Amino acid sequence: MLSELPLLSLVIWFPILGGIAVLFVGDESPARAKALALTVSILSFLFSIPLFSHFDATTAAMQFQEFVPWIPAFSVNYHLGVDGFSMPLILLTAFMTVVVVIAGWEVIQYRIAQYMAAFLIMEGLMIGVFAALDALLFYVFFEAMLIPMFLIIGIWGGPRRVYATIKFFLYTFLGSVFMLIALIYMYNQANSFEILDFHKLPLSMTEQVLIFFAFLLGFAVKVPMWPVHTWLPDAHVEAPTGGSVILAAITLKIGGYGFLRFALPITPDAAAMLDWLVITMSLVAVVYIGLVALIQQDMKKLIAYSSIAHMGFVTLGFFIVFGIERSTGSLSGAAMGIEGGMVQMVSHGFISGALFLCVGVLYDRMHSRQIKDYGGVANTMPIFAAFMVLFGMANSGLPGTSGFVGEFMVILSSFKASFWIAFLASFTLILGAAYTLWLIKRVIFGEIGNAHVAALQDVNTREIIMLSLLAAAVLLVGVWPDPLTAVMHASVDNLLQHITASKLL
Amino acid sequence: MNFVAPDFMPVLPEIFVLTMTCLILVIDVFLEQRQRHITYGLAQITLLGAALLTVLTYAQAPVTTMFGHYIKDAMGDLLKLFIYLSAAAVFLYSRDYLRQRNLFKGEYYVLGLFGVLGMMIMVSAHSLLSVYLGLELLSLSLYALVATDRDSPVASEAAMKYFVLGSLASGMLLYGMSMIYGATGSIDLQVVADAVSQQSRDHLVLVFGLVFLVVGLAFKLGAVPFHMWVPDVYQGAPTSVTLYIGSAPKLAAFALMMRILVDGLGTLQGDWQQMLIILAMLSIGLGNLVAIAQTNIKRMLAYSTISHVGFLLLGILSGTPEGYAASMFYTIVYVLMAVGAFGVIIMLSRSGFEAENIDDFKGLNDRSPWLAFLMMMIMMSMAGVPFLVGFYAKWVVLQAVVDIGLVWLALFGVVFSVIGAFYYLRVVKCIYFDKPEQSATIELSRDTEIVISANGLILVVLGLYPTGLMALCAAALLN
Repeated sequence: MLSELPLLSLVIWFPILGGIAVLFVGDESPARAKALALTVSILSFLFSIPLFSHFDATTAAMQFQEFVPWIPAFSVNYHLGVDGFSMPLILLTAFMTVVVVIAGWEVIQYRIAQYMAAFLIMEGLMIGVFAALDALLFYVFFEAMLIPMFLIIGIWGGPRRVYATIKFFLYTFLGSVFMLIALIYMYNQANSFEILDFHKLPLSMTEQVLIFFAFLLGFAVKVPMWPVHTWLPDAHVEAPTGGSVILAAITLKIGGYGFLRFALPITPDAAAMLDWLVITMSLVAVVYIGLVALIQQDMKKLIAYSSIAHMGFVTLGFFIVFGIERSTGSLSGAAMGIEGGMVQMVSHGFISGALFLCVGVLYDRMHSRQIKDYGGVANTMPIFAAFMVLFGMANSGLPGTSGFVGEFMVILSSFKASFWIAFLASFTLILGAAYTLWLIKRVIFGEIGNAHVAALQDVNTREIIMLSLLAAAVLLVGVWPDPLTAVMHASVDNLLQHITASKLL
Repeated sequence: MNFVAPDFMPVLPEIFVLTMTCLILVIDVFLEQRQRHITYGLAQITLLGAALLTVLTYAQAPVTTMFGHYIKDAMGDLLKLFIYLSAAAVFLYSRDYLRQRNLFKGEYYVLGLFGVLGMMIMVSAHSLLSVYLGLELLSLSLYALVATDRDSPVASEAAMKYFVLGSLASGMLLYGMSMIYGATGSIDLQVVADAVSQQSRDHLVLVFGLVFLVVGLAFKLGAVPFHMWVPDVYQGAPTSVTLYIGSAPKLAAFALMMRILVDGLGTLQGDWQQMLIILAMLSIGLGNLVAIAQTNIKRMLAYSTISHVGFLLLGILSGTPEGYAASMFYTIVYVLMAVGAFGVIIMLSRSGFEAENIDDFKGLNDRSPWLAFLMMMIMMSMAGVPFLVGFYAKWVVLQAVVDIGLVWLALFGVVFSVIGAFYYLRVVKCIYFDKPEQSATIELSRDTEIVISANGLILVVLGLYPTGLMALCAAALLN
């Protein structure tokens, strides 16, 4: 019976309508607006659970499909559906939104209703991105997402918020418009905007290369990959805590998801030819950005750079497939790279979100993000310190936490392609540990740094709830990743078939 | 020689508007200043009546009358409906503004209605003569409207500039028309079209005439490099008049292009396509770049108009029915956005204070969250961000350009639309991210508030479901 319900539409539009309702409750009655926002976010998460529990992991076909003609003149359809790639990300989105709503509870004083509404609308749009099976519908959600994020950073952000948010908007907008042209071009060839039809569309090498670059530009900015990552540190530093969490946990994943859904299956030959480019960019992100993270003075900036480095792992895992095929002649191990990338995305969603929340907790008390203003926080905030150390360990890839699983899988599979790629990728284990643990050491441990730290209050119940939710998720995926990888197998195999079959005319 | 009376039925809306306008002109003379709202009401009734007449006689198949000088077809009727709609919104938005500035006079409405009549004739023109008549009726009304605030030196200067440049453009247009007449021997667009498609020996004369026609049209549309009047007139005219100039005439100008270039000189598409590509690229490029430097919002929107005109040309130059439909959709959407944008500007102005600078929008979210939200929607729609109808307008136009293989032109367009997004974002930034510099409350009358809300929300509704309007445009042009 559940499969009859338009579940995906529900998880897309319920938060959006809920957000509008929160807007109408207004800033005059903040308590009611907050309660409504929390209810909406929890309900949307509950609505998204059947997507997991009723998911058929044995097939790569799209599930929970909905199909309504939308713009018949251009055969654009409101076509939704999920497979093993999108379903976990939808759950992640719904889950993180609950956390973000709790995180903004007392912290945001200015126009709380608008704040909550922006996040709820954002949630619906992001789920729309993951669920869309029509390229134009995908693009519409993909771009529409910019508006709430633009406002979130711009209204509730830090001192340089205007610069950061306009940079964020224009960067992403510029990246994606080329994709629009590519989509229009493919529509002219295929006479359809269905993503699955694009997967089957034969394209010549020149076309593939150009389309591949259009996708690369669009999604590399979103991921973000070196060298188009510069908007991210600015956006993260200026964004309010909730904005940073959503940026790091979900919107970056949309870039990774885009590679899986568009770039790899639509232009496999171009991807195979240009995989060295993406792998180089990923390795630069892992090694160089890891070094950059090491020298950061600002906690949020450090975590932002660490995000870029970790996302480098994701793109490495996705594009290592071609190297494996070339060096071993078979595809065994290739699936592990893609699955590792996916696990890394989900895990990074939890960990980076949690770390940004930790910084937020400190910032709310001290109004500083500079590492040098802290020291010995563990003495005054023992419970908080326990959480932060856990998330720090997860960020550096400690076995038993979710951070380990994805990185390990990607490194294992890159060994099959080339020793040196794996060697460079393994640097993340050293660098990640170095910058994270050094951050922990300087902030959490040691003597109490100054009088302000001495006066700190430990986390309250609300903060404990939001941090425990994430801690549980990090440990669960770390100890028992099987449910997560199990839903992906069929989709990964299907993707590998698409990747390896040439689409040249 | 027998005189056969033409069929007057298709011209009914025009006859009605003309009669009513003359009637209003007379009635207004006998009204006292405090009764002026009667003039306003009559003007709205005129538009409503014309809309009803047009809907009731909505053309299924094209009909020509008045000895071939007039055509009634679906494209014309659809455009006319949007002309009435935007004129009605303009009259409503500017009512309180005019009242506060002692400009609340009958002339505004009479001239406005004559302008509407001129646009209707342009839209339905089927010969070079009626094209020119409609155009001049509109232009002369606009020149006078710009100068209505006669104590304002800026407005007088703008009116003068508009008049001189506009006359020059009319001259160009007439010269081009005379060439076409010389080469084809007729002013009836159907005869012209037939003659052009048959003979080839006068090709040079035709192209010579075409160049002047395109220059004249580009002047009226405000396409670069014939755009110089646009920023000055937009900035100098009273906002109520800028609102008028910035909206409905674009629909008429689109019709003008369609009638002359497509209906009349369609076979010369290869020739005018080149010219339009240059005009479109220059307009999109210059409009977007220069808009960034503006601090006056009316001037900024003037440059933004120029860039939108460039996009509109993209659809026409594709030379396909889908492209024409895309352009028409773009024009209609643009007019909806422009009316809304200038409408919000006009509502921020009050007696003794002109909201003219982008800074005047600072902190609007604190002063009036709803108006702030509407303005944000309008700006995002102009920037072409999805779930707002402005995106679909850009998309269908780009689709038309990619369709004929000009992918590079589409790329040019999107890159500049990203650059253009910056100045729209700056307005949103002022509205939401800055603290208000003034605390005067914004008072809106109930009807204004309802209409501006509908105006803003229609951009969202059309964004969620653009099919209806797209289908109307397609139906109007595809048969």
